Amino acid sequence: MTKSTQNLRTGIAGISVFLIGLIGIPVLYFVGIIPIETVNMLGRYMAFAIVAVGLDLLWGYTGILSLCQAFFFALGGYAMGMYLVHHGPLDGDGIPRALYVVSSEVTGLTLPWFWKPFKYFPIAFLLGLALPGIVALLIGYFGFISRVRGVYFAILTQAITVAAWLIFCLNNMKLCGTNGLTNFVTIAGFELTHPNVKLGLYVSTVLSLGFAYIICRYVANSRLGRILIAIRDNENQLRFLGYKPHLFKMFVFVVAAMIGGLGGMLYAPQMGIFTPEYMTAKWSILMVIWVAVGGRGTLSGAVLGALVVNLSYNFITSKAPDYWLFVQGTLFIGVVLLFPDGLMGIWKRLAMRIGNRLSTREQVEISNVDVA
Amino acid sequence: MKHTQRIEDYKNDSPKFSRLWSERYLLFLEEITAVFDGFKALDIEALGIEHNELRVIIGPNGAGKTTLCDVVSGKTRPTTGSVYFDDAEITHESETEIVLLGIGRKFQTPTVFDSLTTYENMELALPGHQKLWPNLFGRAPAVERDRILEILERVGLAEELNREAKYLSHGQRQWLAISVLILSNPKLLLVDEPAAGLTDAETALTAELLLELKTDHTLIVIEHDMDFVRRLDSFVTVLNEGQVMAEGTLSKLQENEEVIEAYLGR
Repeated sequence: MTKSTQNLRTGIAGISVFLIGLIGIPVLYFVGIIPIETVNMLGRYMAFAIVAVGLDLLWGYTGILSLCQAFFFALGGYAMGMYLVHHGPLDGDGIPRALYVVSSEVTGLTLPWFWKPFKYFPIAFLLGLALPGIVALLIGYFGFISRVRGVYFAILTQAITVAAWLIFCLNNMKLCGTNGLTNFVTIAGFELTHPNVKLGLYVSTVLSLGFAYIICRYVANSRLGRILIAIRDNENQLRFLGYKPHLFKMFVFVVAAMIGGLGGMLYAPQMGIFTPEYMTAKWSILMVIWVAVGGRGTLSGAVLGALVVNLSYNFITSKAPDYWLFVQGTLFIGVVLLFPDGLMGIWKRLAMRIGNRLSTREQVEISNVDVA
Repeated sequence: MKHTQRIEDYKNDSPKFSRLWSERYLLFLEEITAVFDGFKALDIEALGIEHNELRVIIGPNGAGKTTLCDVVSGKTRPTTGSVYFDDAEITHESETEIVLLGIGRKFQTPTVFDSLTTYENMELALPGHQKLWPNLFGRAPAVERDRILEILERVGLAEELNREAKYLSHGQRQWLAISVLILSNPKLLLVDEPAAGLTDAETALTAELLLELKTDHTLIVIEHDMDFVRRLDSFVTVLNEGQVMAEGTLSKLQENEEVIEAYLGR
């Protein structure tokens, strides 16, 4: 009786939250209750939520703890950032300023070959999805075929992310070094500083989040979703049922990576700068924390976690900046020790308690009727 | 003696000498050794399992029973020797390939997927649905639902259909593991200690079921429980220190001094 009605109820709840994000927030902005800066901030946090949804499919459902989602996010961010830099101020012989300021040569600087495709929006957009996907395919192929699992996979992916961070920091790599990509002016011909463009970016982020969520939900609800859970429970047993677990793991890893890239692409124009900072260990861990706080294996929990953690970050750092790290540490320890199912787990427990109370009341009423 | 006869037969029928081995045998192990850190866990000269046979393998702890299953199912590579199955050599195939060729296995501890329901556990075992893309886009095959229900009905799990496997009792988990194996419909079933931790009534039902399966499958059953072995009333191979010590019916083996010494008598 309950499963379908429950699904319907959570479905309705999900759609209404989505509509609040899509329509409610812009309406609040137009009415003048919230400034465009808040809309912009929410947009950035929703870009984080996109990465978190992908990570939840990977970690919560399949049990693969990946610490290179931050790397995939950064690849997306760089793809979009390089497009934006192309359309910012130019120096010398038409070299983007962000690149010009960090180069050692003063004259004779030409645009490196790999910068050229990023001049065009559709190509940059496709590369922002394809690059993380290809990198994930390679890591997945070698990692999963040789059966690197659990904490070893986490260490491997963290090492790759740190290596990538070091590479992106080098000025010689012509990726703008530690300065990162700066001087974003227009996107597809629109001024980035204009409030309506900011609002447009916000709306695109909400739509993309909905899209990423639907893709992950579809995968999780398909037969393949059950195979992913089976991989988490007992990968060896699955092998003895004739499955090739590494194929499924590669698939879900690539999906999560591309979703991570999508998040990065939406983050860069809203942030106005994109630096190698996002490839540091801190961000890899943070993304895991978002999912853990929200509740693993629920998808909606990942969105909730990313928003709640970042909003509290924003709130606390504006009131008492010194205390944020304590709060963050408490959150993580609390989630590990007290609430392993995160906010969604707490919510479910509450709902169940309320539900029980309601159903016993109903029963009492029914029995009263019987007596009468 | 019957068992000496069989061992003679193995030598004559070995795939190395005779192309006709597969007419009689479904599985044949030839000169198999498995060495771990200098310890010889398995040392089998020749061992054949005939078509539609239910072979019971007994032996003391550490005799190599589970290692034998590991070698056949591809979990462990033999150090030397060859494994033949269904007219082909499978020594170097991967676990997944071996499963697809038709060897199914139930492990010593019942392995089921804890977070999936009884029905979902069964659904994953359906043969012919192991590819990536069809699982993403395909719908759950409705025709096979009846067959799943039929098997679960037989083992008394029909009422636990939508229960997550982690909430099942030990006996029910054993049943589910066996049901999964039956559903995947392999030619050869490796069943490792199916009666471990079961009540007497459950043990009896297990024996009945395995004997039923014999009509259209070949089975290797590893078991400690002598009552259970007696119920199966089949040809028995005794392993000891990795070697085949004797073969024959249980009643014959119970007269064998060497077997009593090593295993049966205490």
